[in-house]
Amino acid sequence: MGERDLLPPPSAGEGIAAHTILLRPGADLTGFRDAARRLVAHGVPPGAVTWGIESAPSLFGGGAAPASETPLVLPRAVAALIPGVVPHRDPERYGLLYTLIWRSLHGERHLMEVASDPLVHRLYRMSKAIGRDLHKMHAFLRFRRVEGGEGERYVAWFEPDHHILEAAAPFFVRRFAGMAWTILTPEGRAVWDGTTLTYGPPGSRTDVPEGDGFEAGWQTYYETTFNPARVNPKAMKAEMPKKYWHNMPETASIPALLRGAADRTAQMIEREPTVPARREPARAVAAMADQDPKTLAELNAIIRRTEPLVPGATQAVLGEGSVGATLAFVGEQPGDQEDLKGRPFIGPAGQLLSRAMAEAGIDREASYLTNAVKHFKFTLRGKRRIHEKPTAGEVSHYRWWLDRELEFVAPKLVVALGATAVLALTGKSIPITRARGPFRFDRHDDRFQGFITVHPSYLLRLPDEAKEEAYAAFVDDLKRIAALGAELAA
Amino acid sequence: MEEVLAKKLRILADAAKYDASCSSSGAPKRAAGKDGIGSTTGAGICHAYTPDGRCISLLKILLTNWCLFDCAYCVNRRSSNVPRAKFSVEEVVNLTLNFYKRNYIEGLFLSSGIIKSPDHTMELMTRVAKSLRRDHGFAGYIHLKSIPEASPWLIEEAGLYADRLSINVELPTEASLSRLAPEKDGAAIQGAMAQIGERIIQAKAEKRRFAPAGHSTQVIVGADDTTDAALISKSELLYGSVGLKRVYYSAFSPIPDGSQILPLKAPPLAREHRLYQADWLLRYYEFTAEEVASASEGGMLALDIDPKLAWALKNRDRFPVDVNKADREMLLRVPGLGARAVDKIVKARRHATLRLDDVARLTSSLKRARPFLIAADHRPVGLTDRVDLRAKLVEPARQLSLF
Repeated sequence: MGERDLLPPPSAGEGIAAHTILLRPGADLTGFRDAARRLVAHGVPPGAVTWGIESAPSLFGGGAAPASETPLVLPRAVAALIPGVVPHRDPERYGLLYTLIWRSLHGERHLMEVASDPLVHRLYRMSKAIGRDLHKMHAFLRFRRVEGGEGERYVAWFEPDHHILEAAAPFFVRRFAGMAWTILTPEGRAVWDGTTLTYGPPGSRTDVPEGDGFEAGWQTYYETTFNPARVNPKAMKAEMPKKYWHNMPETASIPALLRGAADRTAQMIEREPTVPARREPARAVAAMADQDPKTLAELNAIIRRTEPLVPGATQAVLGEGSVGATLAFVGEQPGDQEDLKGRPFIGPAGQLLSRAMAEAGIDREASYLTNAVKHFKFTLRGKRRIHEKPTAGEVSHYRWWLDRELEFVAPKLVVALGATAVLALTGKSIPITRARGPFRFDRHDDRFQGFITVHPSYLLRLPDEAKEEAYAAFVDDLKRIAALGAELAA
Repeated sequence: MEEVLAKKLRILADAAKYDASCSSSGAPKRAAGKDGIGSTTGAGICHAYTPDGRCISLLKILLTNWCLFDCAYCVNRRSSNVPRAKFSVEEVVNLTLNFYKRNYIEGLFLSSGIIKSPDHTMELMTRVAKSLRRDHGFAGYIHLKSIPEASPWLIEEAGLYADRLSINVELPTEASLSRLAPEKDGAAIQGAMAQIGERIIQAKAEKRRFAPAGHSTQVIVGADDTTDAALISKSELLYGSVGLKRVYYSAFSPIPDGSQILPLKAPPLAREHRLYQADWLLRYYEFTAEEVASASEGGMLALDIDPKLAWALKNRDRFPVDVNKADREMLLRVPGLGARAVDKIVKARRHATLRLDDVARLTSSLKRARPFLIAADHRPVGLTDRVDLRAKLVEPARQLSLF
């Protein structure tokens, strides 16, 4: 908008003078917004404004920035609609939008909610057309790789229906941020060099390289994925109107696909079913049904080669002890030292467990020790890796392995050390204080008996004065476990 | 692109096209980091349409069409005589990235025949997803067709990389499954779907990533004698019990080299279309499967009118409905009024009394809605009692037949 558009002071009482507002060609959101602010400020009704387009087509020329006026306070729905209509090529768009603004500010605040109002209806349809144009540009634009030069560079030519280049470009920036690309249109170009987006003069189709190494492959895919038994060109054209076809390489195949479809389908239907191939790979089929790990070692090999299902760990920490052990202890997850050495219960909590087991008369070497979760989860604080409790979902990720592991070990009694182990064995969150002692793990009831006690790391975290008593209680639990185990093994 | 790769693509895209789903929707909006590529938009984008009217959103291919299974309806069953091929993990990754960079696709939909074992196959598929995400920083859409016979820990891993996991029910009853897909096991399918469903809910609550676009399934229509009512009731069950996002209905399609135990006939496309409409009634229009079934004849949906109209014609005493007064739930039942139109009506009538002209601006199918509606200037006198109402509302023959 130039100086010539400056409005006269509000007229006092006399008839309102006609105003002509000239905006830049294309989508001049800034110009429109400034004009609307002025017009409203001066009380100019829609009927007194004529909207036009500057004749000098300086789409990307600078132009003096107009002094900004006081922003209008518009209902949110109105403010949201405006940028979605401004790119429309209908010359009446600015007038319609200004009418909407005017009415919204003059007694019809909720106008946008009345979708049945003819003005709102028309503007909705215009914004829908813009939305569709944008969507089709995001969908149907095809890049071609420019060979030679450094790095990967891509160019596309597209002809939108409306003035949407600037509205469409951010999508491509987000999606292809790491690529250098240029989008050419008849009204202007958008250029992304990997860091900055700039707009420039129009281009032409001939500015795009003739071919691309993957275009034939794409066409092959297009032809192949078509199902000739479901021909429906009407549905295709409704979503991909013909006007887009000349810029989409794959559409060259359409006529041939349509011509051949009926014959191909008839052939498929009429053709006698062929005799099944003699391929009866009986051994392979039998082997396929036999994929489950057969031993603990096979299962452990799978666990070891699977990447952590919680991020960060050095390695999987497998269970330790012998198959057939009477007692199996299930902890939470490996800690810092366990993660580095690859063995369970060797850190401070593990040492405490060893001591308590010895005091209770349990031979650690003869027991089986494992964790609900096989990988260490932590947050990094400085150089220290601080243990982080696994979530219920993460415990579920690992539950299958624990179940299978216990099947192989086949202990008589499984001891859940702490809440995470309980969660893994029962699928439920159960407070330790309430469930401590012998416990039925329903899902495993037919296979082994259960016992719940605290995790030794809990003892380490207690204040000194409480430690002794809690430790004694833990040893008592272990004694009961030893007795129960002996009873079950007998 | 090398000729060898193009040849594989031809075989392995052909083998994958009978899966109806190509949706790239439901993923949270995200964009790749500095060295990566790709973004998701939430609603997904259809990058092209083939002359069957279906959209191409994802590169939909099989890793291999070699298969040890022998499912009668499937073009890739081991006894079929189709040409075979196998992609390497790197080839799929490479193809996906190069198609993506040219803006041909939203991402990858990878499925596979079973080679060696379900576990081996599932591991290969997960390796593709993992390589795209980790080696290439790919943030586009990935849909993995999971293999229900694979060990459950492999599904746990796949969900960390995929946006969507799906497991095909294929046939709605155990009897059909054992007759037509002898290697498949209904219990395994249910178990895997339940596992995925539970994990998606947990991950959402814990703000972790596990198949954020949800899971879906496909059921084949017309390969056995299951009725529409039974199919819809199965879908209702799945939406409720395992939290499925979508059920896809795929009209059994004649395939090159069809099996001897299936009749080779035209696919019931109109039937498939009505099933999708009925499915929408479940998901967006607050119908129950029982209500949909009540509008069918002998369990089969009418082919000449849509299921919502069929229900309305059988429940004429509930109409006409006053657009200015009726509650949302009842407006949703009016034939010709979509969920969006209903929302607009409910909003607009707070500020204005709606006339028929107003309603016409809010829906594109006033003609169908008219006999069921009361507006400020319109009352359909006795129209809902007319015996010929059905005939008047039948759509002209749709372009869904074969020739």
